[in-house]
Amino acid sequence: MADKKWMPRWFYQLASPRWCYEITGKLLPFFAVAALLLLVAGCVWALAFAPADYQQGNSFRIIYIHVPSSILAQSCYMLMAVAGAIGLIWKMKVADMVAKCCAPIGASVAVLSLATGAIWGKPTWGSWWVWDARLTSMLILFFLYLGIIALNSAIESERTAAQSTAVLALVGLVNIPIIKYSVDWWNTLHQPATFKLTERPAMPAEMWVPLLVMVIGFYCFFAVVMMLRLRNEIIQRERRSGWVRDLIAG
Amino acid sequence: MAHVYKVDGPFWGALKRDLLLSYRRKSDLVNPLIFFLMVATLFPLGVSPDPTFLADVAPGVVWVAALLATLLSMDSLFRSDFEDGTLEQILLSPQPLYLVVLAKVLAHWMLTGLPLTLLAPVLGIMLFLPGDGMWGLVLSLLLGTPTLSLFGAIGAALTVGLRKGGVLISLLVLPLYIPVLIFGSAAVQGAVTGLPLGGYLAILGAMLSLGLVMAPLAIGAALRISVSG
Repeated sequence: MADKKWMPRWFYQLASPRWCYEITGKLLPFFAVAALLLLVAGCVWALAFAPADYQQGNSFRIIYIHVPSSILAQSCYMLMAVAGAIGLIWKMKVADMVAKCCAPIGASVAVLSLATGAIWGKPTWGSWWVWDARLTSMLILFFLYLGIIALNSAIESERTAAQSTAVLALVGLVNIPIIKYSVDWWNTLHQPATFKLTERPAMPAEMWVPLLVMVIGFYCFFAVVMMLRLRNEIIQRERRSGWVRDLIAG
Repeated sequence: MAHVYKVDGPFWGALKRDLLLSYRRKSDLVNPLIFFLMVATLFPLGVSPDPTFLADVAPGVVWVAALLATLLSMDSLFRSDFEDGTLEQILLSPQPLYLVVLAKVLAHWMLTGLPLTLLAPVLGIMLFLPGDGMWGLVLSLLLGTPTLSLFGAIGAALTVGLRKGGVLISLLVLPLYIPVLIFGSAAVQGAVTGLPLGGYLAILGAMLSLGLVMAPLAIGAALRISVSG
C-alpha cells in the first residue's frame, strides 16, 4: 500500500479494539478527575459567585447547564457522523462502536438541553415552549437521535446496524448547520449564540468564564461516559477473543 | 449492428418497469389517495366543522395528510424487489445505481406525489381553503412531494431488509420531513394572506435540488448495506 505512509500510526492503532481498550483505561482517570473538578468548580462559581443578570436576575443562571448541554448535543452528533463515516470508509470496528455509543449519550444531552431551555423559557418568555426555529431544529436533532437508536436496535447484525446508522447519521448531518444558523436566519425569540470563535462574548468576563469552565467540564464528562460505554462495548463484542478471556480470567 | 450504449438507458428502463408493474396492480395505486382523503376528513369531524377554523388549519392539514400518505406508501418502494431478488440483480448490474434509484423514486412520485398534488384542491375545497390559496397549495405540493419521496426512499432503503420496517421507517423519515412541511404549509399560508410566494417556493426548490443530488447516493449506499446484511 503506497498511500499508507501519510496516515499517522495512531490512526491504524485505533482500529485495534485491544489497543483502544488499553489506552482508554489509561486516559479514563485523568478525564474523570478533570470532569469532576471542572464541573464542581464551574457550578459553585456560576451559581454562587457570578453576577446576576440585570434583566433576568438569577433565573439566567440556568445558562450554565443549558448552553453546555446544547453545545455537547451537537458535537456529539457530529462525532457520531464522523465516526460512522470512518466506519463506512475504512471498515473500522472501533469507529462503529464509537458511533453506537454516541447515540444514547447525545439523546440524553439533547433532552437536558430541551428541558433546561423549557425551564428557562417559563420565567423569561412566559411559556415552556415556543415553536421557534432554534427550538424546533433542536427537537429534530433529538428525534434524529431516537431514530438512530431505533434503527440500531432493530438490526440484528452488528456490522449492518453500524453501516445503516452511519448512513442515517450522515443524512441527518444536514440539521446541524440549521441549528447553528437558525438564530441568524430567522427572527427568533431565542437569543443569538453565546460563544463565537471570531468575537468576544456579549457578556462580561465574570459571567462567561464560568460558562467556559462548564462547557469544558461537560466535554470531559462526555469523554468519561463515552470511554466507559466504549470499553463495555469492546469487551462485549470481543468476548470470544483471547485477550478478553485473559482479562476476565484475571 | 453495433450496440450503442446510452447513459440514460437504465433510467428509462427502470422507470418503465416500475410504472408497468404498478399499473398491473391498480388497487395499490389508489390506496394512498384514499388514505389522503380519509385523514383530511378526520379533522372537521374530530376538531371542529366551523368553516373559519377549517380555513385556518387547511394548509397544515392538507400538507400533513399528504406527508402521511407518502410515508405510508414508502415501505413498499423496494420491498417486492428485495423479496424476489430483483434488487440484488440491480445492485450487481453494471448500470449506474444512481440512475436506477432515481428512476424508481421518480416512478414512486408519479404514482403517489403527483396524484396527491392533483387531488389536493378537492381537499382544499372540503376544508374551505380560500381560493387564493389553491395555487400556493398545488405549487408547494408539486415541489415538496418529490422531496418527500426522495427522503422517504432513504428510510425505505435502510429498512428494506427488516421484517417489520413499517413503524421504524416513520421514526427515521419524519424528522427529515419536518422542514419540508414547515415551508410547504407556510407557502400555502402565504398564498392565502396574499404574501409573495417566491421565497417559500425557492426554499422548497432548494431542498428538492439537494435531495435530487444527494439522496440517490444515500439510497444506493443504504440498499447495498441492506442487501449485503
